[in-house]
Amino acid sequence: MSSTARELIPEESREPEGAPVHRVKSGRVRRLSGRDKMVLALMVGIPTLIELTLVWLPMLMSVGLSFTRWNGLDLGDIRPAGVANYQYISQDYPPFWPAVQHNMLWLLFLALIATPLGLLLAVLLDQNIRGSKIYQSIFFAPVMLSLALIGIIWQLFYQRDNGLLNFLLGTAGTPQAVDWFGDSSVNIWAAMIAATWRHAGYVMLLYLAGLKGVDPTLKEAAAIDGANAVQTFFRVVFPAMRPINIVIVVITIIESLRAFDVVYVINRGTNGLEMLSALVIQNLVGEGQVIGVGSALAVVLLVISLVPIVFYLSRTFGKENKA
Amino acid sequence: MSTTTARSGGTRTAALRSGSRPRRHYGTHIFLTVMAVMWLIPLGWSLFTALRPVASTNEHGYFSVAGDFNFDNFTQAWTQGGFATYFMNSLIITVPAVLLTLFLASLMAFAVSRVSWKFNITLLIMFTAGNLLPPQVLAAPLFEMAKHFEVPYSFSDSGNMLNTYIVVIAVNIAVQMGFCTFVLSNYMKALSSDLTEAALVDGAGIWRQYREIILPLCRPAFAALGTLQIIFIYNEYFWPLLFIQSGNRLPITTAINNLQGQFLNNYNLLAAGAVITVIPTLVIYLLLQRQFVAGLTLGSSKG
Repeated sequence: MSSTARELIPEESREPEGAPVHRVKSGRVRRLSGRDKMVLALMVGIPTLIELTLVWLPMLMSVGLSFTRWNGLDLGDIRPAGVANYQYISQDYPPFWPAVQHNMLWLLFLALIATPLGLLLAVLLDQNIRGSKIYQSIFFAPVMLSLALIGIIWQLFYQRDNGLLNFLLGTAGTPQAVDWFGDSSVNIWAAMIAATWRHAGYVMLLYLAGLKGVDPTLKEAAAIDGANAVQTFFRVVFPAMRPINIVIVVITIIESLRAFDVVYVINRGTNGLEMLSALVIQNLVGEGQVIGVGSALAVVLLVISLVPIVFYLSRTFGKENKA
Repeated sequence: MSTTTARSGGTRTAALRSGSRPRRHYGTHIFLTVMAVMWLIPLGWSLFTALRPVASTNEHGYFSVAGDFNFDNFTQAWTQGGFATYFMNSLIITVPAVLLTLFLASLMAFAVSRVSWKFNITLLIMFTAGNLLPPQVLAAPLFEMAKHFEVPYSFSDSGNMLNTYIVVIAVNIAVQMGFCTFVLSNYMKALSSDLTEAALVDGAGIWRQYREIILPLCRPAFAALGTLQIIFIYNEYFWPLLFIQSGNRLPITTAINNLQGQFLNNYNLLAAGAVITVIPTLVIYLLLQRQFVAGLTLGSSKG
């Protein structure tokens, strides 16, 4: 990743490769004047204050509110509730377990179908075939669209009576026609395919950059040793892309936890499309605002998301910490 | 695709290939063509439907090519759907959010990458982690904070921060800043430390080092990140949905959801609305594709 950053920098202003980053720095701090310290304090202070108030404080408040009962009106009405909200969502809240299952299914689908598809496209497009740029542009176009818009566009494709899919299947206008986004037995699959349309292009793009970064002599060496294309890819090229692989794993997990926009546009995350993120919002905005229950759901989402986040951060910053 | 990598990689592979025996890629081409056609169908179908007046589709059915093709749906959707307002709202939110995000992130990135002190990594981790969280985790407290933050009615007609652009802009900045700080700090770390050393000898303070030496060198990174952030914030669906209640203040990405109700069962109009919404992103894509791609691969950490 930082190697990509390096390449945008003109040669003459680049830090020489492998130069000790912290060279003169400990000395420099002592040379800072009072005014410099003020400037630095503001440079760090303002962004940090924003980040603390609008990201970290709300995150902690979510945890706090999940142990209370509150209708969201008067701050004085907040009552402690112990683990009652967690008990409620796990035992008496019907959409909770379906939502967990759907989030898992979404993750599996992205991990087993969308991500490998993106990798396959990248590998095929990396071999200098004719029209590679055109193919890349086509596969990448959906990445530019919002997931909300993707929901609308696929709705036009999936509708029961006038959708293209039912026409292609020959079921349009017959009783067998399927309302792909409306039928609770199939709509999660239809939504995941729409999400794949975007995710695969994104993965393709990242892997194309990753493949360009693999040292070609590695491939030559493997070829000389008699490895075929498939062996070369899985034994040499793929392991060499380790940093990108980590990013892809994290993106795939986080996208599956964030799957909100698509399902919310389709039917607000109900009737077969229950997702944890959508349930959080249903409990915050509906008629009876139940902030405690919504927050408990948010904390479940938070705890699950912390797994890939911590994994990613320890990979990314672990090295620098030791250095 | 990222410009510089492509340049160096391309020549190398080309040299390699000329040496090896020519390979035919018929299978690959067939597969890619099939995939590409499938990839284009949803957008193509929207465009096709949008170009046909509802009278033709009613007469001949949606699955036909008979009848007229014109732009009537677009003009009708534009006026009936209130697109001018929505686009304006998108602009009001996106422009300040992108500029402030880049500015604040560059301050932070400069401090953590060019000056060494104890909490560098801690702060960087804190910023990056904030960017990766699902936004719904923060929704309830942010909503309540905005609701209980009372301001004069002359400032906001809700008497608090709900239903204002400011809160949407501020939250967008807070969540995007982490990613930008991460990318910019990587970029600044890769700039030679001799540059600021020399300035230091000349007696330049921190601000001048930032403003006159580092910032101008970061132009390529700003171009890439700026393009990326324009797309990200323009495409942001959730924060306006949470904070903004009056329909006429919604940005386009959040407002398209209401079109489904507004253009009840007139799929031609809905398709035209969808196509109109795609146009700005498509224009940016065609003009700044290189920047956008560079931005995505530069960080590769965006979840």
